[in-house]
Amino acid sequence: MNKISGVRRVVGAVLIKDLRIEVRSRVVTNQVLPFAGLIMIMFAFALDNDDVLQRVAGGLIWLATMFSLVVIVQRSFAIDTSDGALDLLRVAGVDLSAVFLGKAIALTMQLLVLDVVLVAAAFLLYQVQVSAVGFVLLVTCVIFATTGLGFVGTLYGGLTAGAKGRETLLPLLLLPVMAPVLIAATRATEAAFGSGGAVTSEGWAWVGLLAVFAAVFGLGGTLAFGPLIDE
Amino acid sequence: MSQVSPRLAITITGTGTRFTRVLGVLAVVVMTWVVVSGLFLTPQDVVQGDAVRIMYIHVPSAWIAYIAFIVTAVASAFWILSKRHSMGFDRVAGASGEVGVLFVAITLVTGSLWGRITWGEFWQWDPRLTTTAFLFVTYIGYLAVRQLEGSIEQRARRSAVIALLAVLEIPLVHFSVVFWRSLHQKATVLDPNGDVKMDGLMLFTLFSGVIGFTLVFVWLVVHRQRTMLLGDLADQQGLDTAILARQNEGVSD
Amino acid sequence: MTNGKLINGKLINGKIVDFADVVIVYDNFPAIAGATFTVASGEIVLLQGPNGAGKTTLLRACAGLLPITRGTANVLGCDLRSDRFAVRSRVGLLGHANGLYQDLTVLENMLFWSRLVGATRSDIDQAMSAIGLASRLSQTRVAHLSAGQRRRCALATLIVRRAQLWLLDEPHAGLDAQGRDELDRTLRTARDSGATIIFASHEIERARSLATRSLTVAGGVVTST
Repeated sequence: MNKISGVRRVVGAVLIKDLRIEVRSRVVTNQVLPFAGLIMIMFAFALDNDDVLQRVAGGLIWLATMFSLVVIVQRSFAIDTSDGALDLLRVAGVDLSAVFLGKAIALTMQLLVLDVVLVAAAFLLYQVQVSAVGFVLLVTCVIFATTGLGFVGTLYGGLTAGAKGRETLLPLLLLPVMAPVLIAATRATEAAFGSGGAVTSEGWAWVGLLAVFAAVFGLGGTLAFGPLIDE
Repeated sequence: MSQVSPRLAITITGTGTRFTRVLGVLAVVVMTWVVVSGLFLTPQDVVQGDAVRIMYIHVPSAWIAYIAFIVTAVASAFWILSKRHSMGFDRVAGASGEVGVLFVAITLVTGSLWGRITWGEFWQWDPRLTTTAFLFVTYIGYLAVRQLEGSIEQRARRSAVIALLAVLEIPLVHFSVVFWRSLHQKATVLDPNGDVKMDGLMLFTLFSGVIGFTLVFVWLVVHRQRTMLLGDLADQQGLDTAILARQNEGVSD
Repeated sequence: MTNGKLINGKLINGKIVDFADVVIVYDNFPAIAGATFTVASGEIVLLQGPNGAGKTTLLRACAGLLPITRGTANVLGCDLRSDRFAVRSRVGLLGHANGLYQDLTVLENMLFWSRLVGATRSDIDQAMSAIGLASRLSQTRVAHLSAGQRRRCALATLIVRRAQLWLLDEPHAGLDAQGRDELDRTLRTARDSGATIIFASHEIERARSLATRSLTVAGGVVTST
């Protein structure tokens, strides 16, 4: 059997498995989505000013995304470690790079849904506006940002899966790494919303940075995931 | 896994050698000179006054912090690429990472004190400062990964990979912060390093500081690396006893 | 105890497993403290010994999951010291955990593992009937199965893999009498079709009748009985 089709088969199997389990268990839908929505509402309480909320909406969306990501990543690997499946994946000699890609794509898709909800919440709660061009920028930004976050989340989630103290170690490792995404996605989103007089065209350079981030960690993760999670 | 003969462990009574003692004495001499010259011999700055003297600690420690993380990355790469995966590379990477975190901490503390005096604020979201802060957090994470349970080989592999990922990450952080700041208002404050008019003695003292801190860095890494080796050796010696104890578990039944 | 000589990296005299003075240290604890034993092709070897003797570690090491600290270890002709990854796709391991996904049905679990190893749908049906896993259960989620049914499901995923060396940690645990009979039959069938089996069990009577030979593990040391 040739290697490419083998990789594609494993990626597909892992991706379908993760998504199907989410559809059945609805942990992300029933717990993480409300959690993220709650963060958006709490921000509104804390800042208590429509102008300020409109101005910082972009940053709040991405902060809420990243806090939720930490929770989703832990859930994603709990699925594989709770009954020793991750061990068996290693024994089965399965290509761990393919496992990485499968899990990263599943994670990205869940993040996409999360961000659609968060952006909708920003429209409802923070009264942000978006032009047609701004909307295209926003969609592109969300796609590249969630892809990058899906890759780093899976990479560091795999490292801490099953380790003692993973609940605290994961955010310690993950949050600093995500800083470039927080900066770039926030600026691009602000450009899309026109927050604080930002111009839409300024946003595209940031989307470029998000694409570079996604490419770097997609490649780095594919190479590093196997060595990181093996004993 | 490094194979060290047990006899070697018995003969090592400390981590000092003639080389490190000479190095240590040199470091003390140079650092004494830096302190004396920095505090008493060099002139005040026209604008900053005495505050400029922080520079003799701040700039060299920042320099060493970056050097330390480069050493960690290079040693990690060597560990991965070397055929025998010699644990010496792992120890140097770990020792350098620890010393690096110490020096970033010194950099941040001295920098914010200096900033308070010259800018009136402890912190500015200046690209260089922000990147340095991220460096600090990232390598604290690196040290946390080194503490994860598992075999020695696993520890080495994981931390080497994390160190190399950090090398990918730091430029991304730096670039995004530079880009972020350049789109917004430029910090209209004194650049502590750039605006100082330096005379010959000041330059020489700063240069001595860099040399002195480098010596201290090498001294620390060599010693730390050796205490790590001794720790591993102690584990190995303990291992022989542990193996016997383990075997006796079966006999007593 | 070993009669045959070990030549690095080569499988000689049909030896499937060849361990000499193997020490395995994990978190500074020598779980295996000098194991020397061989297993020949076609054997069904029982590992017996008290809890904490090192049986689980030994099985995981044979699967290439743990680094060997000292000694020489060969499994299926692969030197575990230099490359413990090569052996993995050729062994099947059933540990204390079943490796099943609770929210997937039996069939979905089977399909997942068989897709990873390139098995077909008819392999799955064969495996399920061999282990007595009723096909009516195939649409049931693993979370709703009894402990014995889960164990059977885990065994079925193992059968699908057609491993050359089966490593089973307490395979009888959680199964009823009928399930144990079916398990024993499955293992004999697997052996007859060329597999070698090493298993740990507390069901001494049953295990002895199944095994062709037994080894005692105590204090991380292996002795033949």
